[in-house]
Amino acid sequence: MAERMFVQGNEAVGWGALYAGCDGFFGYPITPQNEVTQWFASEFPKRGKVFLQSQSEVGSINMLYGGAAAGFRVMTSTSSPGWGLMQETISHCVAAELPCIIVLVQRGGPGAGSIRHAQMDYISVTRGGGQGGYKNIVLAPASVQEIHDLVQLAFYLADKYRNPTIVLADGILGQVSESVDVKTIDFGPLNEKDWALRGIGKQKDGKCRLINSAAGVLPVPPYPNYISWLRHMDEKYKQMEADELRYETYKAEDAELILIAYGYTARVSKETVNMARLQGLKVGLIRPITAWPFPYDIIREKAIQGCKFLVVVDSLGLLIEDVKIAVESRADVGLVSILDRHLPTDGGMIMPGRVFEEVKRLI
Amino acid sequence: MKNDENTRKKELVCGNPRIWKDPPGAMMYCSGCQHPVIHRIISEVLEEMDIYEEAICILGVGCHAFIQVSWSIDTLSCAHGRALDSATAIKRLNPDAIVFTVQGDGDCLAIGAGAFIGAMTRGERITTIMYNNTNYGTTGGQLAPTTLIGQKTTTTPLGRNPKLEGYPVRAAELAADFEGTVYSARGSVNSPANYKRAKKYIKKAFQKQIDGLGYSFVEVLSACPPNWHLSPVDCIKRIEEEIIPEFPLSEIKG
Repeated sequence: MAERMFVQGNEAVGWGALYAGCDGFFGYPITPQNEVTQWFASEFPKRGKVFLQSQSEVGSINMLYGGAAAGFRVMTSTSSPGWGLMQETISHCVAAELPCIIVLVQRGGPGAGSIRHAQMDYISVTRGGGQGGYKNIVLAPASVQEIHDLVQLAFYLADKYRNPTIVLADGILGQVSESVDVKTIDFGPLNEKDWALRGIGKQKDGKCRLINSAAGVLPVPPYPNYISWLRHMDEKYKQMEADELRYETYKAEDAELILIAYGYTARVSKETVNMARLQGLKVGLIRPITAWPFPYDIIREKAIQGCKFLVVVDSLGLLIEDVKIAVESRADVGLVSILDRHLPTDGGMIMPGRVFEEVKRLI
Repeated sequence: MKNDENTRKKELVCGNPRIWKDPPGAMMYCSGCQHPVIHRIISEVLEEMDIYEEAICILGVGCHAFIQVSWSIDTLSCAHGRALDSATAIKRLNPDAIVFTVQGDGDCLAIGAGAFIGAMTRGERITTIMYNNTNYGTTGGQLAPTTLIGQKTTTTPLGRNPKLEGYPVRAAELAADFEGTVYSARGSVNSPANYKRAKKYIKKAFQKQIDGLGYSFVEVLSACPPNWHLSPVDCIKRIEEEIIPEFPLSEIKG
């Protein structure tokens, strides 16, 4: 039974996590995601679940490392500077194959940047931002409902692959309020976490478990050496690419120009598509729901059909690199970026009118 | 003596602790290193208190962490300095577990200082055993927060100069200063008498966790012959003559 609620995007993170069976939230204050932490502080303890304010984002992510190793569903939320701090242990989580969720409510950068919305962490999120090169599934919601839904999917995918999963939001999505159906989504059965640390007295086989992130130093059974373990990781990433790609197409069927955007700028772009269609212009949208794996094939297919592309992203580009990889020089790829905001301040946004100007210029 | 099943089933009066693998795998320690002695104390305590089935050990990074291949209790090996963060989450999520960290002085006091202070500030109901060998053993004997004034290391080739590298950190005293810490002690394994005292400290520390009172901390001095450039016997002499005067052995709190 779904419960209908009118909630903020940041709060929808909490409702999604609660209905996904999250056991513990560990977080540190940072704008513009503070409502997430505050939601967990007020809603989790009274339900017998763990909320803990860490001493830093480094603390938060290492708490996830421990909580996940003990077999619990754990998560944190942060914004861009905190995301930077977490990179080392996200890499450790991948190496130790520990499932956990990191919600990243992006803000302006680089450095301390701004405390308001932006989409400037795309590369570090999709490429494995820490040491060693690795992959995380990145889910990019574009509405409050989708935040609720994708947080739940994130828990499922993290457990399925024993890998961290990232939910990539931004300051606008975090702050906006919309109606949401709150309910548990069933994604299917998962394997029991028989690898988790519980104390040998609680292990069914009575044998000890060892979890470490240094497979090249101390071999991790059943992998006899570093390269065989890396092969296993490579196969896992390839399976994620093959099975977990998600994207939305909107009026893209007959489009001559296709907008590519995720998150809040995807909402702006959809509005632009509607404006263009009213004037008879054949414009559509492809919205990656997984920023990694990225929908290269559908974009390439459209490029082969002769479509042009316009990337709409609230950064200096970043996303355009993936689109260029997809089209393989077959099509022009334009860009509406953070430099096209309606105000030259941290409060400026990319508006549908500005995107539409660029659409008319390109088509 | 026959080494058959009958012999092994008899009461263990000497030999390895039961929770050590048989054989205990590659104990990757240098001759005269006292880390395995401290491992042994922890193992004996877990057995004698009958808590090894609930125990989850959280390791830092350093020579102390090699125990992971040798004992058969649930163990998590962490990012460098972060054991107390990971231990915090495990204990909060699974309060029935006996959660303890094994860390070196560099892991706990340098790169892990934030996690250490955080855990004590919150009074986490976990236990830390910190091995203090006054240098970074694994990486070749560099300056640690615990390095003595004048001690030569590979990164203080002229000896630790307080004007440049500051003063040794006394972790057990620091820990005792936090209200969230309910037990803090410093022991050593340089003599049978001190071995017994250190074991008593570690036992008390675990008891405080079982009683749910707060954070418990035991620092144990450990010899590092190759990086001190001393024979094992001279290492023990150094601990007695130079290190214990700087790091006095006692129960500081609790």
